[in-house]
Parts: sequence; structure tokens; C-alpha cells
Amino acid sequence: MAKVTVDDIEIEVPNGFTVLQAAEAAGKEIPRFCYHERLSIAGNCRMCLVEVEKMPKPVASCGQPVGDGMVIHTDTEKVRQARRSVMEFLLINHPLDCPICDQGGECDLQDEAMGYGRDHSRYHEAKRAVADKYLGPLVKTVMTRCIQCTRCIRFLAEVAGVPELGATSRGEAMEITNYVERALSSELSGNIIDICPVGALTSKPYAFVARTWELRKTDGIDVLDAVGTNIRIDSRGGEVLRILPRINDAVNEEWLADKSRFALDGLKRRRLDRPWIRRDGKLREASWDEAFAAIAARMSGLDPARIGAIAGDLCDVESMMALKDLMVSIGSRNLDCRQDGATLDWSRREFYRFNTTIEGIDEADALLIVGANPRREAPVLNARLRRRWVENTKFFAGMVGPTADLTYDYAHLGTDGAALRTLLDPEHPFIKRLVAAERPMLILGQSALARPDGPAILAACWKIAETTGMLSADWHGFNVLHNAAARMGAFDLGFVPEGGKDIAAMFDGGTDFLWLLGADEIDMGRISAETFVVYQGHHGDRGAARADVILPGAAYTEKPGTYVNIEGRVQTTLRAVFPPGQAREDWTILRAFSAVLGKPLPYNDLEALRRRLAEANPVFAEPDTIRRIAHTGGVKPAGDSSAIADAAFAPAFETYYQTDPISRASPTMTKCIAETAAPMRQAAE
Amino acid sequence: MDETADMAFGFDETSEAAIPAIIAKYPEGRQASAVMPLLDLAQRQMARQIGHAWVPRAALDVVADRLGMPRIRVYEVATFYTMFHTTPVGRFHLQVCTTTPCWLRGSDVVMEACSRAAAADGETFTVEEVECLGACVNAPVVQVNDDLYEDLDGPRTKALLDLLRRGETPKPGSAIGRQNSAPEGGPTTLFAIPAESGSGAA
Repeated sequence: MAKVTVDDIEIEVPNGFTVLQAAEAAGKEIPRFCYHERLSIAGNCRMCLVEVEKMPKPVASCGQPVGDGMVIHTDTEKVRQARRSVMEFLLINHPLDCPICDQGGECDLQDEAMGYGRDHSRYHEAKRAVADKYLGPLVKTVMTRCIQCTRCIRFLAEVAGVPELGATSRGEAMEITNYVERALSSELSGNIIDICPVGALTSKPYAFVARTWELRKTDGIDVLDAVGTNIRIDSRGGEVLRILPRINDAVNEEWLADKSRFALDGLKRRRLDRPWIRRDGKLREASWDEAFAAIAARMSGLDPARIGAIAGDLCDVESMMALKDLMVSIGSRNLDCRQDGATLDWSRREFYRFNTTIEGIDEADALLIVGANPRREAPVLNARLRRRWVENTKFFAGMVGPTADLTYDYAHLGTDGAALRTLLDPEHPFIKRLVAAERPMLILGQSALARPDGPAILAACWKIAETTGMLSADWHGFNVLHNAAARMGAFDLGFVPEGGKDIAAMFDGGTDFLWLLGADEIDMGRISAETFVVYQGHHGDRGAARADVILPGAAYTEKPGTYVNIEGRVQTTLRAVFPPGQAREDWTILRAFSAVLGKPLPYNDLEALRRRLAEANPVFAEPDTIRRIAHTGGVKPAGDSSAIADAAFAPAFETYYQTDPISRASPTMTKCIAETAAPMRQAAE
Repeated sequence: MDETADMAFGFDETSEAAIPAIIAKYPEGRQASAVMPLLDLAQRQMARQIGHAWVPRAALDVVADRLGMPRIRVYEVATFYTMFHTTPVGRFHLQVCTTTPCWLRGSDVVMEACSRAAAADGETFTVEEVECLGACVNAPVVQVNDDLYEDLDGPRTKALLDLLRRGETPKPGSAIGRQNSAPEGGPTTLFAIPAESGSGAA
């Protein structure tokens, strides 16, 4: 620890802290542009100058390590004058276009110029102008505004792991560019918009849409992957205009994946805003009463064993709880949430959870991935895996599955089930390395589980985890990586075929009545023509096209809801906007329908429903906390580990950008796909 | 940039023969340090093959892939250093020094002669104004590709460029026959070994 004095405040900070960090610890704010907590130190903006006694000149506090007994002054006249000079230089080439700049109102340069800018410019020479760069359909560039802090370069190289931006030329000619006029290939590229301190990098879909002070900001949870990224939903007049990450060091730090950030234009398209009933083969508009009556009429007299319900990937826990209670009340146990047919064992939470936890990745020193592509399936999680690989030279990774650029090195151990079988041999060299590692972890992907031999693969992976010391009293290295935000919650509340038909048995004539709660990823062709399908959801996607009755529900931005992320973290969201038209919050639809059936669900408000949730599983009573469970030993998932078929593992998605009804309705995501299909594109001029 | 985007590049045999020795100069895992020698190699190969010493983007990509470094890092280096040309240049790259000593000795007329030649025949000449080339004694100076031509004035520059255009290679160095950086017209002092002097010896 080093004792330093910051503006007469004496504090102790760890050795290795920078002067800037010490000043922050003392509660002093230091202006900065290039410095960013989660990136390497560049020290090129010079805005963070402070005075340190016994040092002849002001020092850049971001790059200066503290020394014992340092006396730091952050707000002397000399410091202020130095910062004013730095600001004057930064503004020499910065255009005065704040009124037409999308960063206006949330611009670091604008804010600091209030404190350190001059009221007029002394610069009479020609200003420089820089040609805008093409970085793909997500990031808009106005490079004349760039102050060359190099945050974007460092982010892409360090966090995203795709070094595609650089600073070319030098001196006044220096430019931030990718040089090749091609879209950024990172799934995290949108974050460079957030970290850009000026308006050089802004959101292309959000260009000229709104001003930050017009927006209503609502805390939410992202559902387009299963990581449970904390987001802030910016809305105006009942329209979601922007989604930004919220800082949560345990989950997403301050990053957000591109699909989650930019698919929001899908929330305004193909929406279901009124009930529909299929009559004579055509869907016709209907009222809620008519829709409920049609469903109740079809339901009456049916054998409950012929009634089933499937929950989709984006559902909140509340709606699934209500649907489960409704099904149980009419005597049906045919519930399933595994749209992809993944054969997960729900008997113990550790069999389907990301047990290491996301923060736990920072302790791991070895990784085996089976049938998953974390970069595509959970980009933010992958960034953490990458950071671990960068920071810990001992960390190594191996993968069984289709080859992919994960942004870190890994040993490719094969692409198929046969390769996984060889890993069951304790003499396999990679297994020996895992055994030698202190805290090895395994990530098992959904595409590996969604095969006929899924139980065997689950059992085999558990066995590998057992033999390589991943399961111990203080470390749990067995992880299932879900792709669906709803899946963990569904398992936790028991939306599973306990004593009923599973999804495969519900297909092909197994049921006469199916309730699809936002279930769009199933093969509609396997639902028999005679089966009566109720689709409750928010988008006119595959499920709605097959439905006999459509009940319009709310998307994740339009309802207060609870979601459970891969590591079992229960997180609640607030409503940002109201659902369109006659659409309603999903649990209230189910509650209303239960009254039509004459079996009203025992909750009339969200609090009562959440009490019911806590009753179903105590984890729901503890939002935002997770317990890292140690493995107690003994129990194994059901399944014969030797029965693995030879078939190759398939990627979980065809494309990263469109995986659910919201992103499929998003024109921005469609553009991204077109871009990846034709990555070579010349500049517009 | 359009014509250059499609340009193909691959190291030829002469270059390939030189590469292992260059990379071996750097420690294991630090091969990226060889980026500048390899870029220079590529540029010289271009000069050998097509007569114009520049590196097309394909060459930058080849260097990046060879050294296992991100391509953008090579673009950064290639654009940072003025010795690398990322756009086509003429067969002769004329670097005219205009720093004070050369300027005082008449670099303006040299510059004008070079500029006129380049404007007339860009295929043959590319002119660039540079800072001190380190031959101030023999100012004004022009660097043509790798060679320095010194003690120039307007007519001498014109003559030099004419020779170059005809494909001849004038002898580098002083245009007025000066020996290295000796005084113009021969030595002016130290004609003989100085006699011993008593003063100051104590």
C-alpha cells in the first residue's frame, strides 16, 4: 500500500495504482478522454494532467504510478491552465457541429469543454478534415470529430479480439481507420460507440433519431442471448429508440453484444397487436373475448393428456409460471421449454447451469469447449474468456466442435462425437493437461445436447469434468451454455415434462392442443394438421403463422419480468414502454384466460405471482444474487457416456445476427447478414 | 486505390532467400519486429519487378500473414513511415531537401526543376519535399531512390534528370567533382603538417 495525499486528503491505495486511480479513490474527478478502466493505458490525450509535488511539470495521471508519500494536486491554477491548453489543442481540429452531432448531450469533449474550453478560438489556420470510414451497418463514422484517443483501436484489439482498427499515417495526417473499408467482424463492435468520447463513432441505425435528454431511461435485462446482460432501455413516446449496456461487473462489465444492441428495430415490426382467430383457413381479427372463447371451446372435453404447452426462448419467468399453473390446473403435465430438443437433465441445478459463474471465469486456468461457439452464442461471455486467456499465460483452451475464430488460441480436438469419445480416455494428452490444471472448466453447448445422443454427451462431459478435477469442494468447472434467455428460468420453475410428454412426444399427433408461449424455433411442420395451436407472443413469426388463435403478448421491453441467466442469476426488469395495440403482459393474458376456464390462477398482481415463484423455487426470492455451488459428489446426470454417436457437432446458429423473432424482424440485423455474406465492399465514393 | 486493390503480390525467389535471415534476427515470438525489413524487401522487389518502388496492399497483407500479425498493424507501419509508398510512385523517387542549408544554397530552383519533371512525366519521376538529408555541406541535395546527388543547381538538376530519363545512371555524389565533403576547389587549410608551436603547450 502507498500513502498518498490528494488535495489534502490522505489515503492509502495499493501499489501499482495510477495517480488517476488514487485521485478517484479520494473522490476527485479527473477529466480524461483516452483513459478507460477496462483498456490498456495510452496516455495520449493529456487531459488528465495533475500536479505532483517535487515533479517539475504537470504529469499525465493516467499513466503515472503512485509512489509512497506522493502529494498530488488535482485542481491548482497550473493544472487548470495545463488542461485548458490541452483542450485548446484538441479543439483546433474538432468541428463545431455539436448541434447536428448525435453525441451532443452525452459527449465527454462537450462536457469537459464547459470546464476547460475557451470562449473563442485563437486558431485561424485551415482546419483539417478527414474522410469518413466505412465500418459496416452498425457504426457510423464522422472522422473529422475524432480526437484520436485510440479507445476504439484498443477495445477491438484487446477486448473484442479482432484487431481491425488502427491509426494510419502520422502527425496531422493520422487517421483512425480499418484501411480496407469493410464491416467490423466483431459481435461486440457496437461498444466502440459507447467508449468513443466524442461523436466520431455513433450508432448508424440511431443516427439523428433522438437527443439524450428526451429519452426515458429504464433498467432492463437483455434476452437475445442467455448471458443476462444488464441493459438500459432508452425510449421516447412509447417507442424504444436505443439500448445501451449497464455496468454490472459480475455479468457483462460494461459491454453489450451487437444483436442485443441493434435488433431493437425488430420490436416495431411484424408485431402482433390484436388477437386473431383462424376461420376457414384464414386468420381474422378478433377481440380478446372471442379469442378466449374459441380456445376454451376447443379445450373443453379434451383429454388433458392431449394438451401441451411449449415455452419459447424469450419468455419471462412470470409468464411461464402462469402457463405452468394453468396447465397443471387443467390436469396436463405436457410442458417443455427445450425448443431445440436439447436433452438436459433437470434433476439437479448443477446439471444445466453455468456453474463456474461468469465471474468465476476469472479464476479458471483451463477450458474445454464441447459443441459450442461462445463467440457467437454469448459474445460478452467470450470476451471474458478471452481476457482470461490474455491475462493468464497459463490458461489454455481446447475445443471439440466446428472450428471457429474464438479470438483466443485453442487446441482443436476434433469436430465430432468420436473425438469426444477419445477424451473419455484418461490417457488423452489434453485430458492430462486438464488434470494438471488447477481450475479447469468445461463449457457444453446446446448444439451438442440437441442431438439424439444428447444424454450420452451430457454424461460424457460430466465424466470428463469428474476425472479432470473440475468438480471439487471449492470449484465447479462444469458449465452448460444456454442460448435462450428463458431456459434457465424455465428449468428453475419446472417448466419441464415431469410425468408428461416432452416436446418430441407432443409433435406428430401427440397432442390435440398446443399452447405456444413465444415458441418460434420449433419445426412447425411436425405439429399435426389437426392440432389446435394457440400462439401467445409478440411477433408474427413462425409460431403465429401456424396458429389457430393468436394472443398478442409483450416483448421484453414492454413488461416487468424476471429472467434467469446462464449462471442462475435472477434478474428483474422494468417496463420501458407499453405493448402495442391490444397486446398485454403475458402473465395477465394467462390469468384472464384461466378465469374464462373457471379455474382462476391464484394471483391477481405481480407481487402475488412473484410470491408464487418464490414458493416454486426459493432462488426467485433472491434476485441479483448467486451462490456458487460446490459439487457435493456422487450424483451424475442420467445417460450412458459410451453411447455417443460419431456425428459431427453442428454450429448452434446459422448466423449470429438473426436467431429469434425480434432479430428476424430487424432490418438492421438483415443488413448485417448481407454484410457478412459480402464482406468485401468498397467505399461509397 | 481501386487499381491497387486487385494487385497481386507474392515474394519472389530472391526475396524468399533473404527472409529467413531477416526473421532470425529477432527473438522467438517477436517475428513482428521484422515488419519493416520485410516491407522494405517487398518494396525493393516491386522496384526490381516493375521498376516502381511501392508496396501494394496485397504486399502488406503478405507481410502481415507471413509474420502472423494483424493486417491493420502492418498498414499502420507502412503508412507511418515515409520510406514506404502505399501508392504508386515513378521509377525515380526524387526527395528534394528544402531544409535551411539547402534552401539557402538554392534548393528552390532544384525543387522547381524536379517538380516540372515530375509533372511532365509522373511515370518516371515522383517528387517529394523532405527535411534534412544530412548532407548540408554539399547543399543543395536530392536523393534519387537510394543515391544522393549533391551540389546541384537548376541546370545541373535538369541534366541529372535528363540522364535518368534516358536510362543512364549518373555517378552519385557531388555534381561539381568535390571530394566527399571537402571544401569546394580543394583543401584550403592544412597544406602541410603544422609546425610545433610553443604557445599553449604549458
